[in-house]
Parts: sequence; C-alpha cells; structure tokens
Amino acid sequence: MSIAAKFEIEYLQYLDVEGKQVRDDLPKFVTNLDHMVELYKLMMSTRVFDAKSVALQRTGKLGTYASCLGHEAAHVGIGSAMKPEDVLAVSYREYGAQLYRGVQPREVYMYWGGDERGNDYQNEPARHDFAWSVPIATQCLHAAGTALAFKIRGEKRVAVCTIGDGGSSKGDFYGAINIAGAQNLPMVTVIVNNQWAISVPRKIQSGAPTLAQKGIAAGLFSIQVDGNDIIAVRKAMEDALERARNGQGGSVLELVTYRLSDHTTADDARRYRGEQEVKDAWAKEPMKRLRNWLVAKGVWDDQKEEAWKTECDEWMDNEVNAYLQTKTQPVTAMFDYHFAEVPADLAKQRDLAISLEKKA
Amino acid sequence: MAQITLIEAVTQALAYEMAHDESVVVLGEDVGVNGGVFRATQGLQEKFGELRVLDTPLDETTIAGVTIGLATAGMKPVAEAQFEGFIYPMMEQIACHAARMRNRTRGRLTVPAVWRAPWGGGIRAPEHHSEANEHLFTNIPGLRVVMPSSPARAYGLLLAAIRDPDPVMFFEPKRIYRQYKEEVPDDGEALPLDVCFVLRDGTDVTIVTWGAQVKEALEAADALAEEGISAEVIDVATLAPLDFDTIAESVQKTGRCVIVHEAPKTAGFGAEIAARIAEECLYDLLAPVERITGYDTHIPLFRLEMKYLPSTERVVEAAKRTLAAS
Repeated sequence: MSIAAKFEIEYLQYLDVEGKQVRDDLPKFVTNLDHMVELYKLMMSTRVFDAKSVALQRTGKLGTYASCLGHEAAHVGIGSAMKPEDVLAVSYREYGAQLYRGVQPREVYMYWGGDERGNDYQNEPARHDFAWSVPIATQCLHAAGTALAFKIRGEKRVAVCTIGDGGSSKGDFYGAINIAGAQNLPMVTVIVNNQWAISVPRKIQSGAPTLAQKGIAAGLFSIQVDGNDIIAVRKAMEDALERARNGQGGSVLELVTYRLSDHTTADDARRYRGEQEVKDAWAKEPMKRLRNWLVAKGVWDDQKEEAWKTECDEWMDNEVNAYLQTKTQPVTAMFDYHFAEVPADLAKQRDLAISLEKKA
Repeated sequence: MAQITLIEAVTQALAYEMAHDESVVVLGEDVGVNGGVFRATQGLQEKFGELRVLDTPLDETTIAGVTIGLATAGMKPVAEAQFEGFIYPMMEQIACHAARMRNRTRGRLTVPAVWRAPWGGGIRAPEHHSEANEHLFTNIPGLRVVMPSSPARAYGLLLAAIRDPDPVMFFEPKRIYRQYKEEVPDDGEALPLDVCFVLRDGTDVTIVTWGAQVKEALEAADALAEEGISAEVIDVATLAPLDFDTIAESVQKTGRCVIVHEAPKTAGFGAEIAARIAEECLYDLLAPVERITGYDTHIPLFRLEMKYLPSTERVVEAAKRTLAAS
C-alpha cells in the first residue's frame, strides 16, 4: 500500500510548569528582559482587570461577563506578537490581546455593562480590529475576508482570529481555514483550547488527537503550543505572522490552556467538572511559571509584584469609575447606527421614541 | 443602443462599477471562468482578473462571512448565492454580523456589501432552487432588501446597491431574467433606493407588488383597463426600508388595494403592507385589502409550480372584488 500523505504536529514549549527552561534555543525577544517584564505586567493587569469585572458583575454593576482567568499567556502572547497594522478578530474573552492593542478596560466594562460604545475602541490600533463576536467561530470568516482584502491590495498585513476548542467544531472555522489555504491568505487562526466549551469537555468535542491537525486538512502550517507558556505562544505567533506577511500562507495554532473560571458569570462550572481537575490546572497556570523565570533571572521580586499589583488596582479603579460615570446614550442612539443615514420610515419610529422619552 | 435582458443588465452594472471603482470585487461559486450559473458575471474575470472575480470554495457560509471581512477592510464586495434557496447557510453571517456591524460598533466598522441571489420560481428548477423568502430578510434590522423588476431597474438599482454604504440583499427575479429586452444605457446612472416606483397611474384600485410579479400586475392592469377599471401599479423595489408614503398616497386616492407576491401568505411581506394600510389608511379604504400570494406550502416541484404562483387572472379577480365591495 502506498501512502498518500503523512503528517505530524509539533508541540512547542520553553518553560515547564515551574518556570524552568526545557530547551536552550530561546527566541530572540527573550533576551530583552525588560520586555519580558512588560509581558508579565500585562498578564498581571489582565488578571486584575478580570477579577474586577467578575466583582462588578457580582455586585450588579455589569451584565453577564466572560472571564479570561488562566488565559493570560495565550492572550498576551497573541497581542504582543502582532503589528499595529494587523487586524484582530476575537471571540469574547481575549482581553489580554485586546488590552495590548489599546482597548481600554472601561470599554470592556461598557460592552458587558450594556452600552454599544464599548465596541467603538478609541485607541489605535484596536480601532481597526473587530469587536467581540458572540456567535461562535463566525469571526474566523471575517478574518479570512480581511486577509483577502490585504492580498488583493498587496498589503503586508495579517488578519488574526481566535476561537475556542468548541469553536473549532464549527463549519465557519473550517470554511475560514479552508479558503485561507486555497487562496494562500495572510491569516493566522488561533485555537485557544481551554478544555471546556461550557460543559462539553475537549475529549468529546473532537476525536482528533490534536485540534491543530485540523489545519493540515486545509493545507496550513499547524502547530500545538503550550498555551500557558508565553514564550512559546509569542514565538509560535511571531513565526506564523512572519510567514503570512512574507506570502507563505496561513497557520493554525492550537494553544493548550485551561479555563480556570466559569464559562461566564451566568455559568457554574462546578456542575460539570471536578475540583481535582481545576486544582491540577492551577498548578500549571501561566503566571507562576513566568514569574519564577523572571525571579530566577533577577528582574522580578515580591516587592515589584506588590507595587505593580497596587498600580493595577489603581488603574482598574480609575477605569471602573470612568465606566460608572458614563452617561447612558440618548434613546436616539438605538436608531442612529443601523444605516449611514436614518431611513425615513425608521426616522418616524425614532420620533416616537423621542416623544415617549419626553413623556417619561 | 443595444437592447438587453435583465440578466445582461446585471452584468452591465457589475462591469461598469468594477471598471470605475477598483474596490469592487465579485465572489461566489462559479462566478469566474463559468460566469455564474445564470451567466450574470460572464466575462468579468477575463476583464478584471482572478482576485477581483473570485471563485470561492463551495460553502455559502464562507462566501457570506468573507464578504463581511472584505467590506469592513474597505472593499466593496458583491457576493453571489447561486440560488435563493442556498442562502439559508448565509443567514447567520448576514443577520448576526452584516446587519449589525455598524450599530454594534457605533459606526466604526461598516459593511458596504451586496448579496445577489437569483430569486423565485417559474423556471422548472429542482427543489431548493425556487425559494421566495425576501420576508425573512425584511424582518432583520440594518439590511436593505432590493428587488428589481426590469432590465433598467436591475441596472440602476444594482449600481445604487453597490454604492450604498450599508449591506444590501439584491434579489433578482430569475423568471424574468431573459423574458424580454429593453434599452439600458450604460451610463453609470443609479436609480434611487428606498423608493417605490409608480409604474402606472390609476384611480380605482392600487396594485402593489415587486419583482417578477410586476409582470402579472401590469397585465392585470391592462385587462382591467379593457373593462374600464383604472388600476395604479406600484413596484415596491426596495422592500426594506419601506417607502410606505408612496403606497399610502395611492391607497388614499383609490381606496382599494391588492397586494401581490410569490412568497407564502402567512407573515409574507404583504402582511406588513396590509397592516400598515390598516394602521394608517383604514378610513380611506372602500374595500378590504386583498392579498394574492403563494400558498403556505413549499413551492411545489415544477409540474405544479405554475399553480402555486399568483396568476394575472387572480389579480384581476381580486381587483374586481375590491370594486364590488363598495
């Protein structure tokens, strides 16, 4: 019997769960220890931001919120590898990547707090990124279309999309990587495999031993990465972005991590997963290993940790205050953004809403 | 000036706009070398290249989602669904994203895209190829739903749709793709969106319709005229957002209204127009509003197909009933 095709999936990891190097060929960016500290600081601020969001929801100041606890290395790794001119299409918990690209915590609070202006990112480069996409995996196709626009115009830019392990089961995900392969699009698809799609575990999400290998079917470079190791995530992202920018096509990265939180604040993960599993996952969490590595390098210590924690708390308090002080949009805002100009028929409904507002 | 069919008018509009705006791209299954299953995009790939006339993988969801990404990235994509019945897999992308992107981002990201689809029955096509489901899209805020009813309106409205800064569903009544020809100057002149076209003035009864049924409506008006009845015929053309003022003005004049459409009756777009007439023109009415529509059935395979579609005779009878009622 002859073999029509063979494949293998590489697994990339630089730091083990204790922060010890498991290989010597560290990527170049690691030599800049100040930058490594910056990455850690953003991971930490992401975690502080996340805790603050959950607290806001619990006290009735935020609607349903999707936590990113445990995803800090994956998300910051993605955001830090991208160039400003690239475009990011996320699902709904990739705050670490978005904060890196200029999305403000107050904007996230506004979105989950029921105000569309949270999607109108004020800072570059996030202003040309996509807003949060709740329908699973649909944003992968938007990234493919954006990558196609870059190719048509001959721009050296890359579209990056992120989805979860559950999202990789959807046709939109496959459609996106398929056209990326067929058209050699500058697109990087990142599966943030956090092991759970609400209550459905990875093992019954797909029979494939890795989710990365789905990219093989589309003809894309595919790799599995320790998603709790920011060095590995950043390196895999940088390589994928460079290949895409150089016309060498798209990639699929599977970042293996763990959702340490509930799916959203409306979910109770204790219903479907055991305490021991979560305890084991905490032992592998992403911040401890980078902190240990930085401490070993002599560039981080408890005092710095405490000082940065205080700074993050102040930052988030300031953002929360800005969010809470934001006035609700006028009732006309319901009508003003459906079309470039409000159609006559809709304008009549707008007038009705204004008149009801005056009576209220 | 050459006389052209409706499908040729579609091609002419696409070619004109692609030549004058390099951000316009066409994508879909078979749109390139093959020129589309109905030949709407014939010759465009030779003229504009494989990237601006892109044969996509065979996946409607991909076409719809990629179209959104192209549009938000500054292109003006014109996507083709091969048949209206194949548009269902596109609906999630259109409803959840295309229709909402401007609103979701307070105008930061917009979707200036067109989705074209050969619409409706009457061409002896297989199952799933004859859907009339425009009402599914008129109920989605943020979408324009446009349907031409002649070669000239296909040319002018498609140009307007491509130039529109918001997403447009452009449903082409394939029953009349090649039914007749008319002179359509290739001058790049767009027709206005969001307005109804009064195709024939009348004083006794208003016939409101769109797409392929305009033919039956005009034939009915001719037949009624022979009996001394003056029918006004309105081609809605843009179903959403609706220009109800033109319809109201006509109903206020005639006091009678017959709404004709191919889609199923229940919750069809005729129900919306009838309800608006009841809300805003009830005391102008001299007779109950009539709806002549498809049945609340799946459109049958082609041996029964013509018995499903509204006929000229049914429209004439309905108009006469409205006159007999008052």
